[in-house]
Amino acid sequence: MSLGLVGLALLMAAVTYPSRAVPLLAPGIERLPPVVLAYLRLVGPAILAALAATNTVLLVDAAGRPSIHVGIEWLAVGVGIALVAWRHNLLLGIAAAVALAAVFRAIAGG
Amino acid sequence: MRQDVPALTLTDTGVAPETGRQGDEELRAARRALVLGGLGFIASAGGFGLVYGLAAREAGVSAIEALAMSLLVLSGAAQFAAVGLIAQGSAWPSIILLTALLNARHLLYSAALAPWVVGRPRLERAAMAHVLTDETFGLAIAHFRRLGRADMWGYWVAAAFVCLPWPVASALGVIGGQAIPDPERIGLDVVFPAAMAGLAVGLVTDRREIVAAVVGASVAVTVGIAAAGASVGVVVGGLVGPLVGLAIPERRTADTAS
Repeated sequence: MSLGLVGLALLMAAVTYPSRAVPLLAPGIERLPPVVLAYLRLVGPAILAALAATNTVLLVDAAGRPSIHVGIEWLAVGVGIALVAWRHNLLLGIAAAVALAAVFRAIAGG
Repeated sequence: MRQDVPALTLTDTGVAPETGRQGDEELRAARRALVLGGLGFIASAGGFGLVYGLAAREAGVSAIEALAMSLLVLSGAAQFAAVGLIAQGSAWPSIILLTALLNARHLLYSAALAPWVVGRPRLERAAMAHVLTDETFGLAIAHFRRLGRADMWGYWVAAAFVCLPWPVASALGVIGGQAIPDPERIGLDVVFPAAMAGLAVGLVTDRREIVAAVVGASVAVTVGIAAAGASVGVVVGGLVGPLVGLAIPERRTADTAS
């Protein structure tokens, strides 16, 4: 069994780990100015919304070109958001989104 | 209990010095919400882990190599991109550079979590960093804010929801991935965006956070299209959204929880 790409995996890990570790390991983070802590508090909602939006709206073709994609995913994620906001239950929101997408595709697929 | 500012004084257990029945009940309820919220990720990570394994096999990657990548890199986007480039015969430096760019967003996750875990042992924070994925961040930051303090049990459970099924499914995908149904056909592709959106909703307690989330999402999509890359968009949205949010006067509306 080939093991040659384990070296590549190690190098990929080596360039990934610093971005995950440096702020967590940096000393004195508790002494940052309040405005910086307030900024960091807003990173969570901003980046989670950014991840949700790009994974719902953007479609990347085989050549790597992104485009706006309109499909059942919009409705599925929207229903999920509404349920989470209403019932305060993330699992319910995810389950509803998955069920909606699966049923729609089953019907659309014939 | 919810606070805008992370608790910076922690006990040896990683939990702010709050005791009593109410605190215990809050902790149990928050952990229950964390576990329920994380269950969807097991199916998602498992399904897409199998697909990744299958893609890796088609690119000529062995089960051990695919498993090593999943254990060491722990990043779906970077790994899918890597097997695509391996299949095309790309040189290692280009794969490594792309990995670094795709995973730059982790810098923001790490910075946002850092104030919550001040006082934890350096070795533990170093280990935390290795399992800091999109899903770990989303679940953990929502859990910490729900409690108003860090809870290391919660962090490791959040990490386990992705970091255990992903490598196992990756290896299984190499061995027998052709037998699995298409995850998109059964709707598993919407688990990730639905979960990220739901977690974002749970983090929104005031106008600043709403603005940060809306601007972050809008900028991410716009830049993703313009700069030909969703990852670039996510990083820029994650940087710009909070900046615009800070410009909004703070006024709390209602407490919400995911």
